[in-house]
This record gives sequence, structure tokens and C-alpha cells, in this order.
Amino acid sequence: MKHQISITVNGAPYSREVEPRLLLVHFLRETLHLTGTHVGCDTSQCGACTIRLNGQAVKSCTVFAVQANGGDVTTVEGLAQSGELHPIQEAFHECHGLQCGFCTPGMMMAVTQLLDRYPEPTLEQIKHQLDGNICRCTGYHNIIKAVQVAGKKIRAREARVGLS
Amino acid sequence: MFPAAFEYHRPTTLHEALALLEEFGDNAKLMSGGHSLIPSMKLRLIQPEHLIDLASIDALKGIRVDDDVITIGAATTHWEVESSRDIKEALPVLCEVARVIADPQVRNRGTMGGSLANSDPAADWPATIVALDAELVCRSQRGERVVQAAEWFQDLFVTALMDGEILCAIRFKHLPPRTAAAYQKLPHPASRFALVGVSAAVTTDESGRCIEARVGITGVHKHAVHAREVEQSLKGRPFAPAVISSAATMADSGLEIADDIHFSAQDRRELCRTYVERTLKQTYQRMLDCDFQGK
Repeated sequence: MKHQISITVNGAPYSREVEPRLLLVHFLRETLHLTGTHVGCDTSQCGACTIRLNGQAVKSCTVFAVQANGGDVTTVEGLAQSGELHPIQEAFHECHGLQCGFCTPGMMMAVTQLLDRYPEPTLEQIKHQLDGNICRCTGYHNIIKAVQVAGKKIRAREARVGLS
Repeated sequence: MFPAAFEYHRPTTLHEALALLEEFGDNAKLMSGGHSLIPSMKLRLIQPEHLIDLASIDALKGIRVDDDVITIGAATTHWEVESSRDIKEALPVLCEVARVIADPQVRNRGTMGGSLANSDPAADWPATIVALDAELVCRSQRGERVVQAAEWFQDLFVTALMDGEILCAIRFKHLPPRTAAAYQKLPHPASRFALVGVSAAVTTDESGRCIEARVGITGVHKHAVHAREVEQSLKGRPFAPAVISSAATMADSGLEIADDIHFSAQDRRELCRTYVERTLKQTYQRMLDCDFQGK
């Protein structure tokens, strides 16, 4: 039996009829055509499919779309605002925190949670919070740099907002 | 990968969930965080006709610290335990265990009760509930039943949970004074399941003599177990490195350990003894540092 679900994705409401076995990642990619979220291992290890669901970073290959009914989802497409890159995107760009780019959408979504939890993360916190995202190219060196730079950018932006 | 088709149910009360479980029986599967179940369904190792999602039942969630007992709702996530100030104060070893389970995304979804009801032989919580002598509170339409941790794990992926029952909460006693606890594991590099994981809680008297020792082991046997011989060997003796090293040589005694893709049986026995020794020595160090658990 199909279920009618309503999910807010990147601020826009969507209502669709789905089979219970439809995974959230396929709902995003194939039903809503938001293909920024990638399917990597499909076994909840690599983290390429990471999105935010109700504020939490989750692996969307291991959540059914019906479970997200009524929920609020942010994908990588929701990071940039009015044509401006998100500080995390800027930092990955500037620090070259990627090579092939396949893991990058999931990596950046995991970083959004990391910096929410630890605005000034230590190296240990960065590594611990990125345990669920695998990158086969970079050796993580520039990803870690990008996280540190992104944290600084976000703190600087918040300071500016606070002043104005 | 797509699972086989199923009907999805999302009860909002325990009463409703128990009624669904009674109605569909063996054709139903309960889902908490789903982080073992969904991968198994995608591989079609499990093909339930009815999936009962417990995520909307508030009675199964939350952490409560009372004077006599700490209660964790079965559907409380690993992250909720990891980040709980109440738990950090009352029984910090639980935070330590939670923070080394899988990865942050999995800890956001996976739950303590889900892990214990699934009883994966390499999961982290099982060793700890054994070492802390927890109680598992189960409910069915017939009423409530409480199972001791030592009796919970019965075989590979088999627990004491009976047909028609839902695991609702896990209860921990506050540890007695002069008790230290620790958890150490060797994680699989990809899945981070415990290739071996050891949880220990040791109580000494004023003179440093061990009066109670509990050691739980996961990852080596078909389910989590007490290291009974180690516990017996420590009791009544001064809790000190030489005694710990000697006791740890008995860690794998009586366990069924076979060769697998990771290790030969002999290597795994060695790892088991090594991790029991390391965990107990960390416990000992914490006693020296007066880093005691709980009240």
C-alpha cells in the first residue's frame, strides 16, 4: 500500500505518494530530482548520502522516505543561499578539500552538523565527527583544513551579524 | 538495493504497537533506529511483511536518573546517551561506550534498545549491560517482564525477548562507592563494529582489595558474555596490575571462538585476553586517579 507523505526539503514543501520500501535517498534523487545527494556504498558506511533530517546528519540510504514523513530535510542543494556559496562550500573550494568530489556533498552535510555541535572544533573532534564519511582521494588532510577554515568563516559571519 | 515490499505501520502508543505485534506475529518486524534492520532488509536477509516503526512512541524514549536507578528508554539514540549531561554525571561509562559506536550519523538514528534486541555478536552495548548488570524491561499485552542482562543473550542474534514483547527500557543501578569502569574496543576499520570489545566495572574496599568485578566481552563469542573466570579470579585479591595480568589470561576460557575473515581463532583469543587486560588496567588507573563512577 502506498503512503502519502509530506516532507520539507531545503525549505520547500513536497507531498508525494510513495511505496514504504522507497529509501529517502531515492526519494530525493529520483522523485524530487535532487541529485546532489550521492549513493556510494549503499550499506550505511561511506556517508556519501548524508543529509540533515530534522537537524541531524543521517545516511539517507538507511532511512525510508516514509520515516521522514512530516520531517524537515536539508541536502547539499540547500547550502548555498541566493547564489552565495555557504561558508563550508567556500572553505572546501579554497582549501581544495576534494579531488573527485563524489564524497563531497555528504562530507559537507556532515560538516554542517560538526560545526553546529563544535563551533571551534579540535582536531580530535573533527576526526571523530567525520568517522562516518569516507574519502578515497584526499587522505582527509585538506578536508580537515577546510573544516577549520569553515569554522572560522562561520564565526566571523556570526560576529558581523552580531555587530550589525 | 531495494528491500522486498512490506506494509508500514507507525503506531503512536505502546498499546497500539503491541496490538499490531499481536495481530501480525511472525510476519511483523519491529523497527527502532533501523540501522541494522534496514541494511538486512536491503540485502533481503530479512523480508518482513509488516514493519512496525517504533519511532513515534514517546514512552520508549528518554533518560531518567532517579535515586535508586537510571532508566534509558529503549528507543533512546546512541547520540542522546553520548551527549546526555545526566548520564555523564550518573554513569559516565555509558557516554564512553556510546561515542565509539559506529559513526555520528549512525549514532543519530541507532538506539540502545534496538542494538540489544538485535544482539549482534559484535555490538558495543551488550558487553556493557552485562558488565553493569542492567535489567531489561519488556512489555507485552500480558504485562511487564524484567530480564537480567546475564540472561538476555541466548544465542547468535537470539535474546530472551518473547513473542509479542517489546523491549521498552534498560535500567541501570547506580554503581557502589569505590567503583571504576571502562570500555575498550578494537573497531573494524569500516563498520566500526567491535572485533573485540570489553566492558569492566570493579569495586574495591578501602585497602584496594577487589570486592566485586564484572567483565563483559563482545565480538568474540556468538553473543556478549561475562568473563566469569576473570571475575572470580579478581574477587578478594588486591586490585593491582600483576593480579590483573594473571586474571586476564583466563578471559577466553569457555568461549566458542572460530576462525573468520578477520582473524584466526588463536589471534582472536589473544586479542580477547589483551583487551580484558587493557580494560581492567584502565579501570585500575581510574581508581588511582579517584575517577569513580556515579555516586
